[in-house]
Amino acid sequence: MEEIVKLEGDVLWIQVPRELDHHNCGAIREAADQMLLQHPVREVLFDFAGTEFMDSSGIGVIVGRYKNIKCFGGMVSAIHLNERIRKIFLLSGLTKMITIYEQEA
Amino acid sequence: MRENNMKIEFDSVSENEGFARVAVAAFASNLNPTLEEIEDIKTAVSEAVTNAIIHGYPYSVEKIWLEASIREQTLFLQVKDNGCGIENIAKAMEPMYTTRPDLERSGMGFAFMEAFMDDIHIESQVNHGTTVFMKKTICGGEEQE
Repeated sequence: MEEIVKLEGDVLWIQVPRELDHHNCGAIREAADQMLLQHPVREVLFDFAGTEFMDSSGIGVIVGRYKNIKCFGGMVSAIHLNERIRKIFLLSGLTKMITIYEQEA
Repeated sequence: MRENNMKIEFDSVSENEGFARVAVAAFASNLNPTLEEIEDIKTAVSEAVTNAIIHGYPYSVEKIWLEASIREQTLFLQVKDNGCGIENIAKAMEPMYTTRPDLERSGMGFAFMEAFMDDIHIESQVNHGTTVFMKKTICGGEEQE
């Protein structure tokens, strides 16, 4: 099975699936929270490189991780957003809450 | 006049969120939409169907009905459940309002439907169910070179 979460130093890297909806957000939530409980994590990084679709369920997963890590002084970030995902981020106000890394083309 | 109609009935299980939005996207493809328009429609369908699954039928697997019609360049959608209904529609439509914070719902579902479709209208009766009506006029084809 493909790895969805991976610890790199104190960064918890999350490979977001091709489609992030209510159906598959549970698996991410569980895998991420298990790691957060077991390891000292400074940053949760959502990687959208392979993601084509996201709805408001995705917002819930990201905000949920933000709430969990915020009390330990950690941060949440995202990378490799395509135009569509960026639009969803902007519309939901997520861009004010989390750091977005601009990748080079 | 161009006219086309379809109706699907499916179970309120989360696997069907993907099925529903792809089915509508395929149906709407005859209107020659842009990629952005297709994504807008898929997101709106996903939100409405997810609402029916989570809020309409929180305790059991029941039926959801999805209807789509094309009239000229306009797509009309209906997502219907016979579930628990919405007590206060205005409240439910407020951005960030959710009755299910335990499921980490963001409360953005209706806001997304409003943002991505031209018009949305909800009819609901407590203990009888909810129907979400949406429409969007597709301009897409003109952008082709």
